[in-house]
Amino acid sequence: MTTTLTKEAAPGPVEEPVLRKPPTRKRLVPYWLLLPGILWLLVFFALPLVYQASTSVQTGSLEEGFQVTWHFQTYVDAFTEYWPQLLRSLLYAGTATALCLLLGYPLAYLIAFKAGRWRNLLLVLVIAPFFTSFLIRTLAWKTILADDSLVVDALNALHVLDVTSWLGWTEGERVLATPMAVVCGLTYNFLPFMILPLYTSLERIDGRLHEAAQDLYASPATTFRKVTFPLSMPGVVSGTLLTFIPASGDYVNAELLGSTDTKMIGNVIQSQFLRVLDYPTAAALSFILMAIVLLMVTVYIRKAGTEDLV
Amino acid sequence: MTDKTTGGDVRLTGISKTYGSFTAVHPLDLTIPQGSFFALLGASGCGKTTTLRMIAGLEDPSSGTVFLGDRDVTDLPPYKRPVNTVFQSYALFPHMDISENIAFGLRRRGIKSVKKQVDDMLELVQLGDKARHKPHQLSGGQQQRVAVARALINHPQVLLLDEPLGALDLKLRRQMQLELKRIQTEVGITFVHVTHDQEEAMTMADQVAVMNGGRVEQLGAPADLYENPRTTFVANFLGTSNLIEAEVVETGSEVVVTAGGGRLRVPGDRCTDAVRQGGKLLVGVRPEKISLTHADDAGAIADGRNQVTGRIADSSFIGVSTQYVVNSPAGAELQVYEQNIERDARLRPGAEVVLHWNPAHTFGLDATQDIDAGVETVEDAS
Repeated sequence: MTTTLTKEAAPGPVEEPVLRKPPTRKRLVPYWLLLPGILWLLVFFALPLVYQASTSVQTGSLEEGFQVTWHFQTYVDAFTEYWPQLLRSLLYAGTATALCLLLGYPLAYLIAFKAGRWRNLLLVLVIAPFFTSFLIRTLAWKTILADDSLVVDALNALHVLDVTSWLGWTEGERVLATPMAVVCGLTYNFLPFMILPLYTSLERIDGRLHEAAQDLYASPATTFRKVTFPLSMPGVVSGTLLTFIPASGDYVNAELLGSTDTKMIGNVIQSQFLRVLDYPTAAALSFILMAIVLLMVTVYIRKAGTEDLV
Repeated sequence: MTDKTTGGDVRLTGISKTYGSFTAVHPLDLTIPQGSFFALLGASGCGKTTTLRMIAGLEDPSSGTVFLGDRDVTDLPPYKRPVNTVFQSYALFPHMDISENIAFGLRRRGIKSVKKQVDDMLELVQLGDKARHKPHQLSGGQQQRVAVARALINHPQVLLLDEPLGALDLKLRRQMQLELKRIQTEVGITFVHVTHDQEEAMTMADQVAVMNGGRVEQLGAPADLYENPRTTFVANFLGTSNLIEAEVVETGSEVVVTAGGGRLRVPGDRCTDAVRQGGKLLVGVRPEKISLTHADDAGAIADGRNQVTGRIADSSFIGVSTQYVVNSPAGAELQVYEQNIERDARLRPGAEVVLHWNPAHTFGLDATQDIDAGVETVEDAS
């Protein structure tokens, strides 16, 4: 391999033969360094994807075995049957993402600009939940939102649940096993993925830009609207993507905090794979979800126009 | 910002700034005449930028008042002051193109049709073809001009410039100095320019306030400051001075002192404090005022000139002039700049020489000060 490359690279200007010695080995180093990552992606991402794609167009049963029959009807059937769960997933994930942004932005702003020497401590606190398992943290919300818990009692006393029940987010005096419980769980679990990119992009903003804006007749509110927020767009975009994409495929929150009426597409896929054992439908649903998310993300990135930002 | 009080100086009365126990600016009174090009000159940490930021409203003074004309603006936030700043790092908005950057101030004041004004401003700073570029696509000098345009388009009562040329290389800096001076003459707005570069301050400003340790050491026109420094800091920070410790033997309209065995004369009105007979005095003279004559020709020196003998320790040829360092009984390492008109080949290191100058070019300073004040700071800054 080395010799062939040397031969290829050798013909060059004769005037400077010393300088033109091809550093073949050096040029190959980046590829060698990429190799483990590429192999990993091939084995654990690309191959399973191809396998799933083929599964989705198979027919048969567990007993008789599955055969590739190019049965695309599975996609149509899966979509027709499970579109409510699909829509619900996008709705829950979207609501959770919006809530994450609303909660996360002020916090990220505070950490980036106002925290001073508390900055690092606050950042540690943001990622502190990761020290416990995802499952345990979600189970903890079961206690928080349980029927006689402090939170639910307080919400009842304040008649908040009357409003949310009227909106269809909760049921009567209950929060657990309602859409609100699932959205709360999703919001809580994905909040750090929103805060961290937001913080990174806010923290990079030169404080002198704020001074310049104020010097040029922008009030603090206008400064935020015209300078700070536009400059934090890369963080907003990556934060919302990091929240929305995994949230739309999540099934743990709906499983633990929801009911049969709050099933998300993740729950359907999971039960098709592991309980119903209808692999083609499960695979087809996975691809439908992937296609929808990919489409939405593409449109979103185009609209946000982040490539324009530094 | 909208109510233009026509005319008016910038007046600072008793303004000061303290951070905890550190005093950045001692109570300061300063009047900056309308339409002037005013420089605040000093080494880093002397309080010049803090003073500027207090005029801009970016820093709250610990005491004192800021007047723009007759209006007390001390409590106004920056976005309500008819003042604009050119920041040290330009602070251009990276997500806006050049014309949006320039139009920013006008838009915030609710002015809709900005196109004409922006175009005029781009013309003034000669960046007409760059309107749609982003700041990072421009060179340092171009960014600097955008920063000036962005501030000037608002027709502020005062334009504040915070080391605006600090990031540019020497040649570009010289060019921009003339450019800024041209713009200032053209628009007639008061410019307050903060710099640590004494040459920059002297080329551009009508008036210079030399600051040191949070205080204004001396205020005046550049030539006046240079010829008549009143403190050792000013004498050393603005150009180079030879300061010789001397003892007063005669007072009056002409003060006579002895230094290193020789007698020197100083005009009485160029001595700072009351001079006492038998007291000490720092005698100063600028290096370019001194002539150098070889000791063999000492007899040819005209009568009535101040004379000091010495030996050349070092000489360096810099084209237009030759700089000599002379050690003398009166003082070590005296600086002499000789124009290269008729060079005396005997003036080499080791040669015995006589330094002589017109007594009128001598100044006297209070001897209780630090003789080296302002010396190192110049080296740091350059």
